[in-house]
Amino acid sequence: MATAPTSEVITPATGTPAPPGRSALRTHLPRVVLYIILALFCIYYLLPLYVMVVNSLKPLSEITSGGMMSLPSDWTIEPWGSAWSTAQVGVEATGLRPYFLNSLMMVVPAVAITTILGALNGYVLTKWSFRGSTLIFGLLLFGCFIPFQMVLIPMARMLGLMGLAGSVSGLIFVHLVYGIGFSTLYFRNYYAAFPTELVRAAQIDGAGFFTIFRRILLPSSGPIAVVCIIWLFTNIWNDFLFGASFSDFDSQPMTVALNNLVQSSTGVKEYNVHFAGAIMAALPTLLVYIVAGRYFVRGLMAGSVKG
Amino acid sequence: MGFLDIKNATKSYGAVKVLYETDISVEEGEFLVLVGPSGCGKSTLLNMIAGLEDVTSGDIAIKGRSMIGVKPAERNIAMVFQSYALYPNMTVRGNISFGMEMHGIAKPERERKIDEVAELLQIQPLLDRKPGQLSGGQRQRVAMGRALTRDPDVFLFDEPLSNLDAKLRVDMRTEIKKLHQKLGTTIVYVTHDQIEALTLSTRIAVMYGGYVQQLGTPKEVYDNPANMFVAGFMGSPSMNLFPARVTNHDGTIAAEVRLSDGTQARLPFVSGTMAAHEGREIVLGIRPEAITDRDGADRNSSAIHIVEAPVELTEPAGSDTFVATNMGGKDITARFRADVQVKAGDRFPFAINMEKAVAFDPKTEARIA
Repeated sequence: MATAPTSEVITPATGTPAPPGRSALRTHLPRVVLYIILALFCIYYLLPLYVMVVNSLKPLSEITSGGMMSLPSDWTIEPWGSAWSTAQVGVEATGLRPYFLNSLMMVVPAVAITTILGALNGYVLTKWSFRGSTLIFGLLLFGCFIPFQMVLIPMARMLGLMGLAGSVSGLIFVHLVYGIGFSTLYFRNYYAAFPTELVRAAQIDGAGFFTIFRRILLPSSGPIAVVCIIWLFTNIWNDFLFGASFSDFDSQPMTVALNNLVQSSTGVKEYNVHFAGAIMAALPTLLVYIVAGRYFVRGLMAGSVKG
Repeated sequence: MGFLDIKNATKSYGAVKVLYETDISVEEGEFLVLVGPSGCGKSTLLNMIAGLEDVTSGDIAIKGRSMIGVKPAERNIAMVFQSYALYPNMTVRGNISFGMEMHGIAKPERERKIDEVAELLQIQPLLDRKPGQLSGGQRQRVAMGRALTRDPDVFLFDEPLSNLDAKLRVDMRTEIKKLHQKLGTTIVYVTHDQIEALTLSTRIAVMYGGYVQQLGTPKEVYDNPANMFVAGFMGSPSMNLFPARVTNHDGTIAAEVRLSDGTQARLPFVSGTMAAHEGREIVLGIRPEAITDRDGADRNSSAIHIVEAPVELTEPAGSDTFVATNMGGKDITARFRADVQVKAGDRFPFAINMEKAVAFDPKTEARIA
């Protein structure tokens, strides 16, 4: 646009209008640069996922011939089927399906029980605090920081004594013991900001211990419950050490099975099947994040900002 | 024996005693206000009546029945909290009905009661809203509605107006008073605002440092404060307290007060009992409205004394003008009519109504006369 200086109208009210083209560039340039950098980071982080997805959808021959980065020329979902139900995992050719189910049967009760117990603990520690409650909370917190490796042998002995060795229930128990410190911490801090007057009002209204918990506190606990569930789900689902240490062949979780699938030394390495299996193992946590992720941030921020 | 009896009740947290032996007997239909600065033990006492705090020693009885060991829900009380304590996840209707639900009242009866209370407090349009969608005054109303459904023996209010803005506070104050007159329920009301205490109550307990300093009707507490704390706390602007000496001039017992220009003023006492304190240093207490301009003085008083004193400051407040001077080394506030022509630096005649003067012992701070 050619601007004739004579056409510029300068009024005292508006002052001097800046030449339009240059100022737009000046204000937008930093933003454009920023977005380019962010996009580069995005690509950098998404590249591994791209490699996994692409290679799980092509025949093995295309990978071994060196076309790891290229899109499949011959699309197939056969590696997925193989990883799910027929691939050799350890000694049996069952695919990952039974182990996926093991993981689900472990993670759902473990997360549910740990979250509910954590909420109850938080409720008692903040609203019904008793002599020594701070000490108990301190000990629970201490439990969060004990390294996994340290408890392996004592825990194995405990599970043996309780008759839970090598079972899914045993794994649930181990994860519950480890998770309860974190879930208590989350809920205690959340409920500490919960007005005690509400509990008192409910007491006067005639509500008992569990009624107050169920009717007054729990309905307001959504954000922190989501934080707790995501945290526990991710940790328990991704756990390898406990799964490898405390399970039998028929109770192995997904992570251990995936390892067995990849490490199987018979025949050729079916990379496309391995990629498919790895994605399967990662999908549930990904799903939980996508579904509940926005509550996660909201929950983490709760307490820091009022209202 | 009263309707609500607090007998020798105390409260300690470990070694810290927050409430000393307290005896208050409340009659049915009374409006008792517990007033005092923060940390005086008033909220603790209220929570003890509610059963939210244990009684360390002594007893609290409602209708002659001891409440020791009785759960809050079984005391037949209702409480309105400072923060209103409305359940955020329930609608207004749910909030009001929750208590009845907990007490096993059938649904049709609950509905009937909700409608009744909603009409009384004019909150019908709000019944299906959540507390988050209400204004401060509306929340206050809902909190009262929740309390009203219980037909309680005793209503407990814990600083219910302190979260409202100034104008709304005055409106709600009037409404609470109207509600009390209409329902005639016994009320115990905690506040740190002495105006609320004076306007609402039938009796006031002024508390400080874990003790009840004075228990009496608003007029008694205002006109005849038991000690310097009560005198200074009740009333706004607060009572002028300044040192004076008791003298005897030809049989006239008077308080001799030093003014800021070095002259002495003599204020004869009305009561004869001051003769016993001749020669002693005392603290004289006179309320601002008993120190006026000459024409503003109480015509019914027979003990108006004129003292000429230098004016230090004037504060026009619309309806009155507050005039500051100095007596006995203390700043004194006098309440003049709004249109009196007076300015700082003048020497001006102050009319002091000695009928309203009280005297305190400077050491014990207790009332002498």
